[in-house]
Amino acid sequence: MPDLGLYTGEVLAAYAGSLALLAVLVGGSIWQARRVRRRLEAMERARREASQSHGG
Amino acid sequence: MASLWEYANPQRFMAFSARLLPWTAGLAAFCLVTGLIWGFFFTPDDFRQGSTVKIIYLHVPSAIMAVNAWLMMLVASIIWVVRRHHVSALAAKAAAPVGTAFTLIALYTGAVWGQPMWGTWWEWDPRLTAFLILFLFYLGYMALWQAIEEPDTAADLTAILCLVGSVFAIISRYALVFWNQGLHQGASLSLDAETNVHNVFWYPLLVCLAGFGFLFLALVLSRTRMEIRARRLHAMIARERLA
Amino acid sequence: MIALVKRDLILALRAGGGFGLALAFYLILVSLVPLAVGPETGRLAEIAPGILWLGALLANLLSLDRIFQLDWEDGALEGLATAPLPLEGIALAKALAHWLSVGLPLAVLAPVLAVLLNLPGAAIPWLVAALVLGTPALSMIGTFGAALTVGVKRGGLLLSLLVLPLYVPSLIFGALTVARAATEQDPLPSLALVAGLSMASWAGLPFAAAGALRINLR
Repeated sequence: MPDLGLYTGEVLAAYAGSLALLAVLVGGSIWQARRVRRRLEAMERARREASQSHGG
Repeated sequence: MASLWEYANPQRFMAFSARLLPWTAGLAAFCLVTGLIWGFFFTPDDFRQGSTVKIIYLHVPSAIMAVNAWLMMLVASIIWVVRRHHVSALAAKAAAPVGTAFTLIALYTGAVWGQPMWGTWWEWDPRLTAFLILFLFYLGYMALWQAIEEPDTAADLTAILCLVGSVFAIISRYALVFWNQGLHQGASLSLDAETNVHNVFWYPLLVCLAGFGFLFLALVLSRTRMEIRARRLHAMIARERLA
Repeated sequence: MIALVKRDLILALRAGGGFGLALAFYLILVSLVPLAVGPETGRLAEIAPGILWLGALLANLLSLDRIFQLDWEDGALEGLATAPLPLEGIALAKALAHWLSVGLPLAVLAPVLAVLLNLPGAAIPWLVAALVLGTPALSMIGTFGAALTVGVKRGGLLLSLLVLPLYVPSLIFGALTVARAATEQDPLPSLALVAGLSMASWAGLPFAAAGALRINLR
């Protein structure tokens, strides 16, 4: 931990806030991507099964 | 070399971006971790600004990428309007939240930096105000995407908004310079980073800039993939309802 | 096109057309300001240019969603789209009618409100000039915003979110004109810029508005 002198609070706050925002952005993107992907896969599976049962 | 436009095909884009995504994400993580650790732990304090100079590694890259994100949205919107590639419209949509977050980081770090340096959280300096207005543009753009259900209509209208908004954003930028000079002469402090940055600060800053650039690329790729899937899902649900 | 302007004007002037509403809103907003910041005349005079412009801006905003909404709901807009007049002309006519029914009356009312806020007398002609030359840009930008959001239900809030950032340059130069006139500086350059913004928006934005209408009518 480097000595930040007079401005320890400011520098740490800037880093903490920015990294938190980036984490929210990245985490949110990943979560959204997973959710959409899962729903799409479920939908496609349902579609395949439906068409198979029709065929059989 | 195949034409660049081939990647406008959603299937080609999905295959291509799946290969590209791990690389950009990895490079983003590598550059950001290296640059920020380098900047935070291994650079000296500035003789005037003390340790607050370390904020530069977050502030400048995020500000640059916030503006570039809007430019990328503008280019993607023009491509959508001219060539009707859906991937392009969705890429513009995908870039908006990323640009918004970067703008917010730039504003936040600027405020935290300004507090000890200028004695105030917020200064109505043209550059700061321009970023605030950029933030408002992002909000309006995303709100318009949200408000319209039919995807192609939403893509068209947001593209028009992006084009008109860009023109007004540029006018605002110059209007703000005029405005500030008109009201209080000679701002005493400027945030100009390039003027007196030593190499000690410059190299880690470059690494951070690359990190933010790759991060933007990775996020836009991933979000565009998500939007394409969401679009397909939307289409499937609509078809099912018809059947 | 003149017929369309006339029709819109008559609709606006008729009961519930929102013609008086914008003016009343402007009056109320300006009279609330001294209650909020205190009655010292010096301070009021200092902030008067900004308040008068901001009030005009918000009063303008209030009536924007009416530009296309009613015609959209009763299907008249589709009829207009098939008329020989191109959509660009329709957008222009709509903006002109909006300006005549809102922007111009606001500019006429402004000197009275300026007196209420103790704006120096020398600045009042400049205030009127800036509003007369500046509100056309507001109407045109508003028409563009209304064209974008015409298909959105309850789009009023969205409309203000889209339109207000676009108002920034007009607001800056308009308020600056008045402020410079009030402090005995030369207000002409900023007035010229206000007028330039209006002309540029009238030249360019009808195309964008017509494009948005075409997409919404698809």
